[in-house]
Amino acid sequence: MNSIKKLLGYVWMLIAPCIILFLVYEAYDKISNAAAATRSNVILQWVIILLIFTPICVGFFIFGVYASKGEYDHLPASSTEID
Amino acid sequence: MSQEIKQNNIAFVIGASSVGTLIEWYDFYIFGMLATIISKQFFPADAGIAALLSTLAIFAAGFIVRPFGALVFGRLGDLIGRKHTFLLTLILMGGSTFAIGLVPGYATIGWAAPILVLILRLLQGLALGGEYGGAATYVAEHAPAGQRGFWTSWIQTTATLGLFLALGIIILIRTNQGVENFSAEWGGWRYPFWISIILVGVSVLIRMKMSESPMFTKLKSEGKTSVNPLKESFGQKRNFKMVLLALFGAVMGQGVVWYTGQFYAQSFIETVCKIDFIQSRNIMLVAILMATPCFVLFGWLSDKVGRKWIMLFGMLAAVLTYRPIYQQLLNISSAQNRIDKIDLTKTVASSVTIKTDSKEATKIYVTQSFDTAYTDGAVFKYTKTDTLKLGATYNAFIPIDSLNPSLIVSKSAKPNVVIEKTLGRGDAWSMIWLVFIQIVYVTMVYGPIAAFLVEMFPTKIRYTSMSLPYHIGNGVFGGLVPFLGTLIVEFSKTAQNPNGDSLAGLWYPIGVAAVCFIIGLVYLTNKIDKNVMD
Repeated sequence: MNSIKKLLGYVWMLIAPCIILFLVYEAYDKISNAAAATRSNVILQWVIILLIFTPICVGFFIFGVYASKGEYDHLPASSTEID
Repeated sequence: MSQEIKQNNIAFVIGASSVGTLIEWYDFYIFGMLATIISKQFFPADAGIAALLSTLAIFAAGFIVRPFGALVFGRLGDLIGRKHTFLLTLILMGGSTFAIGLVPGYATIGWAAPILVLILRLLQGLALGGEYGGAATYVAEHAPAGQRGFWTSWIQTTATLGLFLALGIIILIRTNQGVENFSAEWGGWRYPFWISIILVGVSVLIRMKMSESPMFTKLKSEGKTSVNPLKESFGQKRNFKMVLLALFGAVMGQGVVWYTGQFYAQSFIETVCKIDFIQSRNIMLVAILMATPCFVLFGWLSDKVGRKWIMLFGMLAAVLTYRPIYQQLLNISSAQNRIDKIDLTKTVASSVTIKTDSKEATKIYVTQSFDTAYTDGAVFKYTKTDTLKLGATYNAFIPIDSLNPSLIVSKSAKPNVVIEKTLGRGDAWSMIWLVFIQIVYVTMVYGPIAAFLVEMFPTKIRYTSMSLPYHIGNGVFGGLVPFLGTLIVEFSKTAQNPNGDSLAGLWYPIGVAAVCFIIGLVYLTNKIDKNVMD
């Protein structure tokens, strides 16, 4: 199980930047194709989406790093272990 | 005897904490429940779907700032105590909700209206970000070992009951006032916001009587409280890795399941299935009421079998069944599926009504509605409004049919069509059961989550550590479900398929819940931490 945890860690590390790239591509696509009347609204929507999900993806990448290094091989049995 | 006193004490703790949390949820949700009216009041009249999207964006903004509220008030809660912190959040929430009800509409103050609403909505989000973690921590720190899931599950019911209260009050006011008065600029839709100040006042009085959490008091008397909760929670790898695990392995999936079952479902039934305002809310009310006891059931069960599998099963069930459930909702409300049930004896077309534009005397709105009745008691009402521009001022004494066609300068290319469907009893119950199933999933993922989070972190930084993943999972991942769901459906619209794929919005909650399920399955443990005193 621990090797699966580590292996999946690399998958999360790969997925995180892919999500950011996907969102940037979608933002570019949707903003360029938006009608002039609604463009400012579309820009606002995508700025919100990118601002929110970029730090979350960074967190997801760090989670992947921890998982790949075996940080989750043993989970603390009580709070004293993480205190 | 001592056991009985303990039980009475915990019952008071639960009651007092829950009432306050319930009111905060009520405050938070009335905005979402009234999104369609708010979009008309606080945005230009011709903004259409853009106004609704902007309102949903403001609604979502309240969710997005919740993690910041978690940081600000979580830190305070770990420094000065749970009781005073969540008292503060309650007052902040009540005040900003009341103030939303006082903001004049776009027609009166222009763009200042949505900006003010946005600021107040952000304050609501900050307050809620501080409230929940405090209440859950407070209750868990009072609960006897081995019963933490059961007792904290009562706090978990408050989010759903807050939604129930919001729906109930809105329906009551709207039914008494009628649609026109309810939707006017200073109409009845503002009352639920004003009522909040009374509810908050009562709750503050109750909470003043509560004492501080025994664990926090003990830590404080021993001088062991955290000096810098933010640094200890997120600056140290040992704790930060658990924050990330809580978020990606449990809370983000829980968040999307919660908001799909209780918010997206309502939005879908109203705006996609076109079920009328009152019936769509009644469907939600009955389903919520029937499913709410399951929070306590799954909280109790999690004390016996562990938290992990109950939460993961809820997520998996959601991933596998959301699309069939929503497809069924569409089938039930589809006019094409019931052509053979049309009752021609009761199907009527209303007479034409004409309204002159309040600003342009040469602009008129010609409205006609068609009520299609069905043998199962359903009535589908189609109201079509054409906008005509005349060459001269409209004379009300001349019937529209006899208007000289040469008088009409232009006619709107696309008439405004409003569809309101009222289902028969049998189909309404089918919808209730379909929503009920979704809310049972909510109870599975949400019932045990407070106990699960409390057990993950040490007392001195518990408020901060559990609040952040909870509010990112619920506030960001969950809160964005209605907004992103609507947006994804908009993206699916093409020239070939102008209506888009109505079910496309579900890919967002399904995708997030699926990833969370895999992470939870692989990384989470099912062990219950019996001692949360450490």
